[in-house]
Amino acid sequence: MREALEGSQAIARAVSLCEPDVVAAYPITPQTHIVENLSKLVADGDLHTEFVSVESEFSAASVALGAAAAGARAYTATASQGVLLMAEVLFNIAGLRLPMVMTVANRAVSAPLSIWNDHADSMAVRDSGWIQLHAASNQEAVDTTIQAFRITQQTELPVMVCMDGFILTHTMEPIDLPSIDEVRAWLPPLEFDRQLDPEDPRSVGMLVTPDFFPEVRHSHHTAMRKSLEVIETTDADFAQAFGRASGGLLTVEGDVTARVGIVAMGSTVGTLQAGMAHYAAEAAGPALLIKLRSYRPFPARALRDAVRGLDTVIVIDRAISPGMGGILGTEVAAVLAGMPDAPKLVNHALGLGGRDIPETIYSDLLAAIRDPDAPAFSVFDADMEKLPPEDR
Amino acid sequence: MKDVDVLDDFDIEDYIRQDQMPHFLCPGCGHGIALRALMWAIHDLAIPKDKLAVVSGIGCSGRLSGYVDASTFHTTHGRPLAFATGLALARPDLHVIVISGDGDCLAIGGNHMIHSCRRNLNMTCMMLNNEIYGMTGGQVSPTTSSDRFTTTTPAGNTEPVFDACALAAAAGASFVGREVTLQILALRELLRDAIANDGFSFVEVISDCTEIYGRKNDLGASPEMMMSQKSSMRPFAYRNTVDVPFRPTGLKTGVLAKTDRPEYGKAYRAMTEKLRGKKGRG
Repeated sequence: MREALEGSQAIARAVSLCEPDVVAAYPITPQTHIVENLSKLVADGDLHTEFVSVESEFSAASVALGAAAAGARAYTATASQGVLLMAEVLFNIAGLRLPMVMTVANRAVSAPLSIWNDHADSMAVRDSGWIQLHAASNQEAVDTTIQAFRITQQTELPVMVCMDGFILTHTMEPIDLPSIDEVRAWLPPLEFDRQLDPEDPRSVGMLVTPDFFPEVRHSHHTAMRKSLEVIETTDADFAQAFGRASGGLLTVEGDVTARVGIVAMGSTVGTLQAGMAHYAAEAAGPALLIKLRSYRPFPARALRDAVRGLDTVIVIDRAISPGMGGILGTEVAAVLAGMPDAPKLVNHALGLGGRDIPETIYSDLLAAIRDPDAPAFSVFDADMEKLPPEDR
Repeated sequence: MKDVDVLDDFDIEDYIRQDQMPHFLCPGCGHGIALRALMWAIHDLAIPKDKLAVVSGIGCSGRLSGYVDASTFHTTHGRPLAFATGLALARPDLHVIVISGDGDCLAIGGNHMIHSCRRNLNMTCMMLNNEIYGMTGGQVSPTTSSDRFTTTTPAGNTEPVFDACALAAAAGASFVGREVTLQILALRELLRDAIANDGFSFVEVISDCTEIYGRKNDLGASPEMMMSQKSSMRPFAYRNTVDVPFRPTGLKTGVLAKTDRPEYGKAYRAMTEKLRGKKGRG
C-alpha cells in the first residue's frame, strides 16, 4: 500500500523493516529526521533495537563498528561534517570487512558553512572501501536501503545509501513499503562467522605488517569488483519479489537514436527526466539519460556499453575536486580512455551547496555542447558576475 | 570589586552587527540574554573591539559569534576550544571568548573541553546550556534532564546528565561558575570576573529553549522556564554559591571553583624564550 511519507520517515520505516539490532546516530541536518523517526519507532514499541544517542558522529560510527564486530545488524546515518568526522571509522569498518548499512543525506561540506545538498561528503570517503549506492527518488532510497542490508550480508562490505539532502530527505512522496513479513522472507538473518565470541576468542583490528597489507587491500578491491554482480542480482531479485527495481548498477533511458548522453547520480536524474520530457522535442533535442546508481564499485563495463556509439557524453558532478575538476567526470574519462571511438566528454559541476537545478538545465546543457570554446570542465551554474575578475 | 552599576552607559547596539539583525533566535530563547550579559561584561572591562576575539562552534550558540562586532570565528562542531587554543597561544594580547553549547562543548567537543581546563590557557568559555540540540530540532544532549522528552528520547531520557561545572573544576579550570539567564546582572558580573581571570575560565549559563524543549516538555513559556531555573532572587549575589540547588538535578549557581594554577600561555612562552636563548637566536 502506498503512503505519503517524507523521505527521512520512509527511510526510518525501511530500516525498521530490516530489524537492525543496533542503531547509533548523532543529530545533523538534513539527516536528523531519519534517526528521530527511528527513535520514535523504538519508543512506540514497533522496533526492537538498541538505540544509542551518542555524543558525536565519530562515536556513532564506532558504536556501529563494535556492534557489527559482535555480529549485530548495525545501522547509522549522517551527512556532511558527520561523514568527515566518521571518516577514520569508515575506513576501519570497510577494512575490517564488517557488514553494516549507513544512510548519507548528502550535504555540502564546510567551509563555507552550508546545510544544503551536494555530494562532497560521500565523495570525500569514496576511497574508504564502502559500497556507495545513489538513490534518485525516495522510493529508490527505500528499496535500496532494504537491498543494502542483503548486499552487505552477502559481500561483507559496508553499504552507504546516498540520498540528496532536503531534495529527497525532506520531500513527501507516495512510498510503497513492503510488509515486515515480506522483508523477513526476502532478507535472510545475518550470519557473520567472524563475529567476536567469548566462546571462541579472536582479535579484531590487529597490526598488519607489510608482509600482508597489499594482499588485504587486493582482496578488498576484488570483493568490491565482485560486488558489482551482487548489486545487480540483488536488485533483480528485489524486483521479482516486490515488482520494482531500483536501477541495478546503472540504467539508460531516453531516445536510442540520440547522439548525446548525460550521466548523473541522485535526484539530478529526476530533474533531467522532467527536463527531457519537456524539452527533448524542442530545439534541445533528444538525449540518453544514464542514471548511475552504483558509484562504488564503479561499473566501468556497464558504462562503456551505455555510452558506446554516442558522439558526446555530458557528466554531471555535484562535487568538485579543486585543481582537477569534476570527480565523477574524471572517473568517466578514465573509463572511456582507450575505448575505440570514445565519445567526447564534457563535465560540469551543478547544484553545489544546494544551488537549485531547474528543469531547463536539460536544454542549457545540450546547448552548451555546441559551443566550440566551452571548457572541458565548468561549474556550470556559477554566476561569474558575482566574482571579482581575477576569480572568474 | 565594585558593585554593578545598572544604569551605566552600556548600549548593546555598540557591540552588535546591525547588518546581521534580525537575529535567528526563537522568541523566548535565553541565548540573547547571555550574549547581552557577555557584551556588558566586555563593556565593563573596557576591552577594545580590536582586542576581542569571539570563537563559536555549531548549534544555536554557534550563531552568536557572527552577531558580535569584533573579530569572530564560527568554527566546526565541537572545535571552538581547539581553535581558540591556537588563537590564544598565537595572540596572547587578545581576549579570547568561546561561546559554546551543551552539545558542542560536552558531547562532540568534550575532549577539547577537558583538555582546555587542564591546560589552563587564558580564555573564557561561556557554555550555553539549554539541555537540547535546538538547531537540529531538539535531540537529546548530555545535559538533558532525566525523563525529559526530546525527538530522540520520545519515551523520556534515561541517560544521566553531566554537571559541566564539576567536570570543568575537576579537570583544572582556574575559574568555574554558573548562572541562570534571569539573573542577568549576576551573570554579567560572573562573566566579567571570568574574563578578568588569568587562566581558563568556564561559565555555564542555564539558558532556556522555549520553542522546542519547553514546548515538548510542557515547561511553559520563557518566563515560566526562567523562573523555574532560578533558586531565589539574588541579583547581586553570584559570588556566594547557592547552597540550595535550584533544580532537581542538584546544580548550584555562583562561583564554583577558583584556583591560582599557573596560566599555560606564560609557561609556554617562558619555555620558548629559553629554547631560543639556547641557540642564541632572538
